[in-house]
Amino acid sequence: MSHQQEIAHLLTRQSFIEQGARERARSLLDSGTFRELAGPFNRLYSPWLAAQDIATQADDGVIVAKGRLDGHAGVILAIEGGFQGGSLGEVGGAKLAGALEMAAEDNRRGNPTRAVILFETGGVRLQEANLGLAAIAEIHAAIVDLCRYQPVIGVIAGSVGCFGGMSIAAGLCSYLIMTREARLGLNGPQVIEQEAGIDEYDSHDRPFIWSLSGGAQRHTTGFADALLEDDAEQIRRQVMQFFAQGQPALPRQLRCRWYQQRLASVDTARQTDAHMVRAIFSHQKDQYE
Amino acid sequence: METLHLEYPATAPARQRVLVGVVASGDLEILIEPATAGRTQITIHATGSLSPDLWRKQLDRLFAHGAAAAMHMEINAFGATPGVISLRLAQAMEEVGT
Amino acid sequence: MLHQRGRCWFQQLCATHLPVSPDSPSLLVADTSLAGWPARYITVVPDRHNPFPRARSGEVGLREGWALASAVQDAMQADQAQDKKRAIIAIIDTPGQAYGRREEAFGIHQALAAAAGAYARARLAGHPVIGLIVGKAMSGAFLAHGYQANRLLALDDSGVMVHAMGKEAAARITLRTVAELEALAASIPPMAYDIGSYASLGLLWRLLPVRNADQPLPEDVQMVRATLEEALLDIQASMDCSLVQRLQGPHRQASRRVRTLLREQWPD
Repeated sequence: MSHQQEIAHLLTRQSFIEQGARERARSLLDSGTFRELAGPFNRLYSPWLAAQDIATQADDGVIVAKGRLDGHAGVILAIEGGFQGGSLGEVGGAKLAGALEMAAEDNRRGNPTRAVILFETGGVRLQEANLGLAAIAEIHAAIVDLCRYQPVIGVIAGSVGCFGGMSIAAGLCSYLIMTREARLGLNGPQVIEQEAGIDEYDSHDRPFIWSLSGGAQRHTTGFADALLEDDAEQIRRQVMQFFAQGQPALPRQLRCRWYQQRLASVDTARQTDAHMVRAIFSHQKDQYE
Repeated sequence: METLHLEYPATAPARQRVLVGVVASGDLEILIEPATAGRTQITIHATGSLSPDLWRKQLDRLFAHGAAAAMHMEINAFGATPGVISLRLAQAMEEVGT
Repeated sequence: MLHQRGRCWFQQLCATHLPVSPDSPSLLVADTSLAGWPARYITVVPDRHNPFPRARSGEVGLREGWALASAVQDAMQADQAQDKKRAIIAIIDTPGQAYGRREEAFGIHQALAAAAGAYARARLAGHPVIGLIVGKAMSGAFLAHGYQANRLLALDDSGVMVHAMGKEAAARITLRTVAELEALAASIPPMAYDIGSYASLGLLWRLLPVRNADQPLPEDVQMVRATLEEALLDIQASMDCSLVQRLQGPHRQASRRVRTLLREQWPD
């Protein structure tokens, strides 16, 4: 791109990260096709938060939007990271699982509905603990079911990232798109520090955290399939491209032997760092050497 | 959590549904639906220390004159300050088109 | 002794079995039968010599995740051409996922996804999957090992616990004291830690009263085995490989309502 083109692009590019979940869903669907289901005006409030003096949101932090993806029937599941850190409670979890279940049912009837999940979540909403966890198990079940028919695409854009039981959901997706700002990890930094101590994991050391769980590292080490700029149009195009590619030949989760081999070669006597992880997982020469 | 109900005289029904905001810390969401002509009903669920009087003041400003469209308004607020409330209300009223 | 229930119940239930060499010493895998039907039992146990230092007390860590996935996938592959898809029984007693730098760095989320995905695919392929909770079933570890089961069973015992996060960590994250958390849990069933409250959520198929969960008496083992057989027959009779029967409980009203609305509004 020429210098002038670069500037033009920067001026017109629309941030994905700065948009709320609903706008993100709208930006991915073909123009004019967005239709929200079980939305805020259905008032599916969390049955559990009011008793704990916690303000509720009418969509419980999850947006289900049907529409067209490059002309194909699709559904976007977008988690609102601004509400309770995107954590999943009973209702939000049910919206996610239920919509994926409906998409799988569509496919069994010959309608090739496809799904995109926008992960902006810390995992289980602790104020709903076991119902959040159960819902996440149902989300896992539904992703695996739908993956039999269509690729399921996950997008982790930031700034909340994707943690907890939903990082497992991300690991079940056919393709994962990340930005540099985004992070993907099972346990949040604070919990690791609490459980294992600050020497093991310093939850205030941002460069350290991103070096291990940030989008660039996850992409280089093969845990994400695309690393994109914070650009709504680029993200949309990549989603369409992955759908056009179809099911991945060998998804990560089926590569047990390979991952076991790689992990067996780790010198676990030493503490690890980003460089070591890249050496273990990268096929290519480490570009940072 | 405080729950507040307010009612105001109003004119013709609002022309559309509106949703603005997010229930993030220090913020609020506002849901608006058309109501039958003549009356606006508002329900506020709020955590935080803002007094009912301050809420009333904000909404009186927009509705007490009775010339706004008739609507059901629901507000879910999470420790929002008067400044943020004011902004979101303005945003909502602009979108509803009165 | 901490987290020895998995091993103990595994040994009791797989008295005559063909040991299978799992990919990690922290897994016990055995092929036997249940009510005349082929069955593979799997459990995760403490491994003091686990190369990953944060995964030595029965946690589901990197090795365990991929080893679970292999154990399930191997069973699926072996039975691919068979009419009789063997039952897969997850015996669950784990303090949770492993928390550590290595774990995050090397992608523990993907290891657990491989395990959860394998169990789910096995269930969809027609393998009856049963989860038997004999101790702790926590968070990511439970999601990876057991939560994809057709039927969930739990011992009715104070040492049996299902939750998303330990009390101290949960209290810290939600900015409350442990006492406040416990007070809330007393009136909000999904937040509670005891298995009785968990059972009230409608996710368990059966709660099993035993005389001694740590050192089971012969009558305990007999009763559990008989219930596992019942669960197997129930799965086979239902002809359903989904998790839909978990939606029946009174505390899952909102979960049902959401699905009803989605179905109503779905058609274009």
